[in-house]
Amino acid sequence: MSADSPSPVERFETSLDALEVSVTRVEPRTFDEALRDVVLDPETVVGTPLPFDSVSLPDWVDDEPTPATLEAATTGVTAASLGVADYGSVVLPGTPDGSEPVSLFQDLHVAVLRRSDLVGDMRTAIERLGPQLREGHSAIVATGPSATADMGALVKGAHGPKDVHVLLLEDGGAADE
Amino acid sequence: MSSDTGRGAKADRIRHLLETEGPAVEANTLGFNQGRYDSVADLEDYEALKAEARAIKEDAIERLPELLEELRETVEENGGTVYLADDAADANRYIRELASENEAERVVKSKSMTSEELEVNEALEADGVDVVETDLGEWVLQVADEAPSHIVAPAIHKSREEIARLFNAEFDPEEPLETAEELTMFAREQLGELIREADIGMTGANFITADSGTIMLVTSEGNARKSAVVPDTHVAVAGLEKVVPSVEDLAPFIELIGRSGTGQDITSYISLLTPPVDSPVVDFDDPDVAFADREDDRDFHLVLIDNGRLELREDDQLRETLYCIRCSACANTCGNFQSVGGHAFGGETYSGGIATGWEAGVHGYESAAEFNDLCTGCSRCVEACPVEIDIPWINTVVRDRLNRGGEDGQFDFLYDELVPDEESGGPALQKRLFGNYETLAKLGSATAPVSNWMAGLGPVRTLMERTVGVDSRRPLPAFQRETLRNWHEKRGSRVSAADANREVVLYPDVYTNYIDVDRGKAAVRVLEALNVHVRVPDVPGSGRAPLSQGMIATADEKASRVYAALAEHVDAGRDVVVIEPSDLAMFRNEYEKLLPEQSFERLSDVSYEVLEYVYGLLENGADPTALRTDGPELAYHSHCQQRTLGLDAYTRAVFDELEYDVLESEVECCGMAGSFGYKEQYYELSMDVGERLAEQFTTPEASDRLVVASGTSCEDQLDDLLARDAVHPVEVLDPRSRHH
Ligand code: SF4
Repeated sequence: MSADSPSPVERFETSLDALEVSVTRVEPRTFDEALRDVVLDPETVVGTPLPFDSVSLPDWVDDEPTPATLEAATTGVTAASLGVADYGSVVLPGTPDGSEPVSLFQDLHVAVLRRSDLVGDMRTAIERLGPQLREGHSAIVATGPSATADMGALVKGAHGPKDVHVLLLEDGGAADE
Repeated sequence: MSSDTGRGAKADRIRHLLETEGPAVEANTLGFNQGRYDSVADLEDYEALKAEARAIKEDAIERLPELLEELRETVEENGGTVYLADDAADANRYIRELASENEAERVVKSKSMTSEELEVNEALEADGVDVVETDLGEWVLQVADEAPSHIVAPAIHKSREEIARLFNAEFDPEEPLETAEELTMFAREQLGELIREADIGMTGANFITADSGTIMLVTSEGNARKSAVVPDTHVAVAGLEKVVPSVEDLAPFIELIGRSGTGQDITSYISLLTPPVDSPVVDFDDPDVAFADREDDRDFHLVLIDNGRLELREDDQLRETLYCIRCSACANTCGNFQSVGGHAFGGETYSGGIATGWEAGVHGYESAAEFNDLCTGCSRCVEACPVEIDIPWINTVVRDRLNRGGEDGQFDFLYDELVPDEESGGPALQKRLFGNYETLAKLGSATAPVSNWMAGLGPVRTLMERTVGVDSRRPLPAFQRETLRNWHEKRGSRVSAADANREVVLYPDVYTNYIDVDRGKAAVRVLEALNVHVRVPDVPGSGRAPLSQGMIATADEKASRVYAALAEHVDAGRDVVVIEPSDLAMFRNEYEKLLPEQSFERLSDVSYEVLEYVYGLLENGADPTALRTDGPELAYHSHCQQRTLGLDAYTRAVFDELEYDVLESEVECCGMAGSFGYKEQYYELSMDVGERLAEQFTTPEASDRLVVASGTSCEDQLDDLLARDAVHPVEVLDPRSRHH
């Protein structure tokens, strides 16, 4: 790769841009603010605890969602375990505390991805996923919002989120799950 | 279908679909197809990725029994159950029992062609279970009570307006629904309610990995995620060919499947679910229990369907069908499919080019026979297929078996006479006529011009239409009394072998030899202008015509005779130059299946398309000014098989080098495809497909250009569509060209 070819982060941003997905680079210390800026309504945010050392969900996020709060919320916040620069994809692990429904039912899904978890291509992402799936876990490679063209034109938010926002944590540090 | 009324009924049905569903299908498939070209162009090594995908499927089908065993162990270790169902009835019985044990009142489903194959909805509904399709397109069809017309986008035959009318009539919403946004949000809400209360979620599987028991689902809406996760019971139904060895094997398919199908680089959600999944059940009856506090005991059943697949695996000719990943590229790229869609171009469940293989495998030859003729063998799907399946060959094999009464080798006779033997159970008269076109051409040429006058007579045309179904609206090609071979024999070679750069055999294909002799003469003059010694020996037809009618034995015999006639020339170091791309495609592709390997290689290695050969001569220093360089502006349509062979580039390069102004068509196929467009039952479809080409060549920019086409059928079709004469590229370059 030549010196002036774009970095994975830049490629990731370009890919997300093409998907009309916003991405914000955030420092851990400004994480709360940044999150508040992107959610639809801070009163109706559900999330699942982030498995990262450097940040955690602020108090105003309901991090113990139930079916009832899931239905009432407008924004869901979950961690992504990987990002794929070539495609603008985020990998969303399905966890017992409900990351899967939280990332799926809301109008807006905010995916939190550590910069260090960004990989260049799909093959690398799948190689990383292999051992986890073989341990019985599940994940969604999510690329942009839910969409359908079945009704005669492209519409976002067919069954899942209408919008996705990626918060890219600048200082990811080493894996710490 | 061989009778007059049968052909008429077929023509009526096709006409009806052309009018009703054609426009929506066309708009959508053209969009998908263009999307595929754009999207695969971004891949660094598309060809290598396809080859890898192919190798994975080949290996998986080869090792299927062992992988199925591994998969069973893995799924059971994970806490799920595997059921291997022999057929649809067996699978449905299992699923119904499951529903009844669970006292299930509602099953929500995400899109799955395999479940359509099973007709599991009907089976469950008979037990009083409410079955809800949650994919928006599938739901539209469920509401409308229709079958899918496309394996990936099931409702592409329906316009937004139609869906709006349907929903407004069916649900009577307070405000009538109109926009795609309104329709989508309405469906989301309705389906959201239905999913909430579901007892069982049913999904298909695009792939299943034996090492982890993961099912991969390729979707964009998110309904498959909801169906799999909201209820506590998940049933996945899949053909047993979906298993691949490991998670890592999924990578090339993830990159290829969306691009190949709808032209998306990737769909919104690639779900990699290893059931029973870790995610909590979304139980709205327990609305206030936090997900994190639940102790769910999820139930997972993987129902793997044989239903003819294991037999298909043993079938050397049709095995490739099992490599199919159901991406739909072969449908989207198909000229005929683009015009009529899957309701004409499909069987009981599957539609599009590869559907012949699937239907023959899972429902039998009867179902495949319904639409098998709609494959014209244009081969555009071959390069589109991400697992490199030779789809036209599958269609040919099935056609051959249908000719023989549905089973391989049951009637092992040759098809040498034009006269049908009513008792033989051989191919229908129409197929025999076109399959034996060479005999007819010989006869027609020998008796020209009387044969042409005869063929032009109204009563004769009516009779031909009634008996063999040659559409009377199609002008018939006129036979020439003097064949190319006669002409060349009389005239002799103008470049002696001793002085020549190269020596070639110009292959006198049936059409060039008996009908379009002019393009043959032009080819001889062009080659001679470039200092080539040209021979035109007596070589039989390539077998393309019988092959296209599914007469493999006849084609096989022709291949042997062609090789016998050319072998000595090949051994003497002469190149074989071919004008007709569909014949060259025989030499380079199909002969691999018809000749011994060594013979095939020797012939295909020295065979060239005529413009490919000219390009090579020019590259090697031949003098371009010997050709006609001050020619007119051109509108050029390459031939479908020529493009699949990657040869269109040479014609383009030669025109470029000689500074011709060329406008090129963008359609996949002209719609004529050999005899297809002559057949009464397909005439209108053929013209509809051709209309897309005609449109491009009647724009202000193109309407004054000389129309140039590489294939015989394309030339005929363009003549008919545009009422302008079309010529072969070699005629443009002919130093003595009359085309100004
Ligand atoms: S045959 Fe090939 S192109 Fe057609 S659906 Fe199957 S995988 Fe796709």
